[in-house]
Amino acid sequence: MKHTLYVLLRNQPGVLSRVTGLFSGRGFNIESICAAETVDPNVSCLTLITEGDNKVIEQITKQLHKLIDVIKVVDIDDGDFVERELVLIRVKAEAETRAEVLRIIDIFRGKVVDVSPRSYAIEITGSHSKIQAAIEILRPIGIKEIVRTGKIAIARGGTHK
Amino acid sequence: MSQLTGAQIIVKCLQEEGVTSIFGYPGGAVIDLYDELMASPELNHVLVRHEQAAVHAADGYARVTGEVGVALLTSGPGATNGVTGIATAYMDSIPIVILTGQVPTPLIGNDAFQEVDIVGITRPCTKHNYLVSRKEELASVLREAFYVARTGRPGPVLVDLPKDIINAQIEVEDKKPISMQSYQPTYEPNMKQIDRACRLIMEARKPVLYVGGGVILSDASEELRELAMKLNIPVTMTLMGLGAFPGHHELSMGMLGMHGTYTANMAVAECDLLISIGARFDDRVTGKLDSFATNAKIIHIDIDPTSISKNVEVNVPIVSDCKKAVTALNNWFNNHQDVSIEEEKARHQAWFEQIRRWQEEHPLTYIEEGEQIKPQYVIEMLDKLTGGEAIVATEVGQHQMWAAQFYQFNSPRRFLTSGGLGTMGYGLPAAIGAKVAMPDKVCIDIAGDASIQMNIQELATAMQYKCPVKVAILNNRFLGMVRQWQELFYEKRYASTVMDVAPDFVALAQAYGAVGLRATKTSEVEDVIKEALAVDNFVLMDFEISREEGVFPMVPAGKSTTEMLLV
Repeated sequence: MKHTLYVLLRNQPGVLSRVTGLFSGRGFNIESICAAETVDPNVSCLTLITEGDNKVIEQITKQLHKLIDVIKVVDIDDGDFVERELVLIRVKAEAETRAEVLRIIDIFRGKVVDVSPRSYAIEITGSHSKIQAAIEILRPIGIKEIVRTGKIAIARGGTHK
Repeated sequence: MSQLTGAQIIVKCLQEEGVTSIFGYPGGAVIDLYDELMASPELNHVLVRHEQAAVHAADGYARVTGEVGVALLTSGPGATNGVTGIATAYMDSIPIVILTGQVPTPLIGNDAFQEVDIVGITRPCTKHNYLVSRKEELASVLREAFYVARTGRPGPVLVDLPKDIINAQIEVEDKKPISMQSYQPTYEPNMKQIDRACRLIMEARKPVLYVGGGVILSDASEELRELAMKLNIPVTMTLMGLGAFPGHHELSMGMLGMHGTYTANMAVAECDLLISIGARFDDRVTGKLDSFATNAKIIHIDIDPTSISKNVEVNVPIVSDCKKAVTALNNWFNNHQDVSIEEEKARHQAWFEQIRRWQEEHPLTYIEEGEQIKPQYVIEMLDKLTGGEAIVATEVGQHQMWAAQFYQFNSPRRFLTSGGLGTMGYGLPAAIGAKVAMPDKVCIDIAGDASIQMNIQELATAMQYKCPVKVAILNNRFLGMVRQWQELFYEKRYASTVMDVAPDFVALAQAYGAVGLRATKTSEVEDVIKEALAVDNFVLMDFEISREEGVFPMVPAGKSTTEMLLV
């Protein structure tokens, strides 16, 4: 089963490689990983999607905690979190499909961020499944390029500080 | 606040941490630090002959003293040579700090001479590591490194020191208590879990204490002995746990696992309660997991939460320092008025008698063959002639297992062996480190003829620093343990395990100015050991043993631990 882990860590050089090295060294999977500074510049935040049964997820959580730079690990699937992902898609937009692409973007509340004679670059944010749905709808029209951030998350009501 | 050079700060920090001996090897990147060390005679520096040995010696020093061992290596190859030593300490949770030189900060990443990303290389085999990238953080990083190495589940910590930082003028602050938001080991046991554990112990008819290196690391031997004796519970130890409970005690069943005793493996298979303290259910202990302690409820005490329920599901997990947890168990039994210790003891009597029967049926043994020297006999003689009180280091292989089986370790911190990583070449430098720490103790390295050659250059170190270590080579002119597997499982196809050429070890010892002794017959063994112990010099004893002797009992890899091959 997929799990999303929210990890707070000391903002030190090499800290990301400690996390990724732990995953590769112990044979765990990373499906996506997203890292950035938090409001405290000394602390970074990682949102990480991984897969495994409960025993594996328990080991992953414990092993992450064991890293000296890790401050906190939360399994988001255990709590109330808002999740978002951002995707940039370059989609074919020939004369006959331009209008349709715009309509689809509108349905997904996306926006066009770059226009060229034969394509649009569009931006969509939302849950993982919404992004997936948008991609599937656009695919028959012709997707040239996709760049995704991976999932990020924040607790509702500030329950996880 | 005062201004010092980086090198002076490093020396100051080492002294603050109580370091008195350092094991190292100089080079361009650390030459300024060595210059400063020369001005600090209170820090005893031991110059090894290979960097791997520096780390093993620091590790041996740490194992016998319980303090943090320190190794100092130069950049590039100096640092990479240390990696095997670091991984060895990591697998066995030994607190050491490794200081490595690094090229100057502006050159990092430029493929400079003797540059290597040692922080990247050692990330998976250190508890933590640091590259000091700003001179202002030098002192705080060093202080944190010692703190991380010795607290929680101990382990090696590496600090990479760029040459420009060693030379910089730096304002240094006084040491303050260390508090890290991201690192707060759990020392105190959860009392509810202690209560649950004690109730399980009271219900048990056939309990076993299964103890590992954690008991030694947390100095919990006294408390363990109290618990075992109070409740009459038999004890088995892992390789790393030998000495945690006295080997000669009637409650000791010796080591368990692949080369454990018949009794220990049968007892674990049949027990109804397994109380694991500071052990981690390693594959060499459990054998086939599906058939390990299947009838038992399991209590698991460990300071590292990742060790718990990693290999085996447990009923009562207790994340705690072993000493504190065992003390809490003892207190519980002392304070509960409704518990009669005598009744508890009586309840285990039938179990204890069963264990006695196993011990009588299949004791550790070997077949004597007249004047052909049996390796087990050599170990028994070493045990007898040192009164079981020597510090014993080993290399890795058959001799290591014979040492574990036939030397009776009655106190903790006496047995230095690479349990987790299985590093050949560990024993001689570790014994030197131990001898530096405890010059009054007899230090023996039990070795094989293959293993000893992996760090034999350290004979020079031992001679230079007057470390009269005694090395006992159990010489079968084979890479013995692999040969044993080939004999049993590969139709005696001895692929690359025959040591056709070996040095004359007696002459080799003499070449270094040490003493070399040889025994080729059983009747010579005792005299050789006596002479070795009497001489105030490094002695290398070459015992020409029965060549194809095997280590038994043996549980073939992947089999259940009750499927033992016996003598």
